Amino acid sequence: MYAQEVKSTGKPVKSLDEMDPEERAFQERIDADIKIEPKDFMPEGYRKTLIRQISQHAHSEIVGQLPEGNWITRAPTLERKAILLAKVQDEAGHGLYLYCAAETLGASRDEMTEQLLAGKAKYSSIFNYPSLTWADIGAIGWLVDGAAIMNQVQLQRCSYGPYSRAMVRICKEESFHQRQGYDIMMKLVKGTDAQQEMAQDALDRWWWPSLMMFGPPDAQSVHSAQSMAWKIKPVSNDELRQRFVDQTVPQAEYLGLQIPDPDLKWNEARGRYDFGKIDWNEFYDVLKGNGPCNKERMAARQKAWDDGAWFRDGLMAHARKKQSRKMAAE
Amino acid sequence: MSEEWPLWEVFIRGQHGLSHRHVGSLHAPDAEMAINNARDVYTRRNEGVSIWVVRAAEITASSPGEKGPLFEPANSKVYRHPTFFDIPDEVGQM
Repeated sequence: MYAQEVKSTGKPVKSLDEMDPEERAFQERIDADIKIEPKDFMPEGYRKTLIRQISQHAHSEIVGQLPEGNWITRAPTLERKAILLAKVQDEAGHGLYLYCAAETLGASRDEMTEQLLAGKAKYSSIFNYPSLTWADIGAIGWLVDGAAIMNQVQLQRCSYGPYSRAMVRICKEESFHQRQGYDIMMKLVKGTDAQQEMAQDALDRWWWPSLMMFGPPDAQSVHSAQSMAWKIKPVSNDELRQRFVDQTVPQAEYLGLQIPDPDLKWNEARGRYDFGKIDWNEFYDVLKGNGPCNKERMAARQKAWDDGAWFRDGLMAHARKKQSRKMAAE
Repeated sequence: MSEEWPLWEVFIRGQHGLSHRHVGSLHAPDAEMAINNARDVYTRRNEGVSIWVVRAAEITASSPGEKGPLFEPANSKVYRHPTFFDIPDEVGQM
């Protein structure tokens, strides 16, 4: 999802009997749904996995501003522009809530940024696709934010207190994002033929990458078992993906748009939709850095970091100078 | 790498007369910028009418290890809760 393929310990999950008393007490707290707080004991693997997951999530929020930011200056009306601006600002805020949750685990903010820029930390594959038309802004809000909400709602129950609280806050704000996207789609499908085609084209391009957001199938997801035992990932990738499909198909039908999957059909026995095979080669390729926009996204982040350096240093120097003047005066 | 901006903890007082509540943290070079940033990060939807910021390094917190000595003494003092006392119905609201 926003955090795909988060590496955990890579080892099988220990049973309670295999744990030392401290770790066992920790696991029992988790099993009893008691939140873990920053200063509490936690196994090193738990801390590291969480830092990876939360920072990846934060990076996704930050990089996620780029495809949408691309349309702020070209939004069709002043109202749409103001809405998009507010939405993109929210994404920056969400990134900041998450960075500060990761910092409670001992990760430093600048270190996390450097890791992203060095390509050591990942962000969601979805943001490596281009936003070519205004309809893409609709599709991103509807599908990408829709998928994000599906993931984040369950993360509110995450065992780590600061992460779970950040999720509560993010979920409250996120539903505006999805609605504004769907609202754009509703407008387009009621528009001219060209506008309707634009809406369909956006759905065609964003559908499969949105399904990939939930990460590899459970059977291939090596690190999931440990993360689920620690409750830092309460629901599995495949289950979240299925919920997303079940929720989204009727929304597409309402719009009169066609989901680009010939194998998609309602399965009466399961009470859920069956859907076609996902091209996982594409997913892994994008993660490796070969998506349509990987280079562009990283270059934009690098530029922002480099161009802001004099400003960050300057404000720090100013703060120090003010402080020393104040001390001299006292 | 240049020096990281210090970390500030942010407290917001909402509109309904509740006290300031911790909402999260942020980085800023000084207190004034910390307030400005807190406005943008934590009050985009009218969440507050007052902001406090304090350098994270200035906060002293109790440690989980002290939980017993600090909080257990309260457990045995059930008489501090009004429900400890039975008041007959005839007495009326108390």
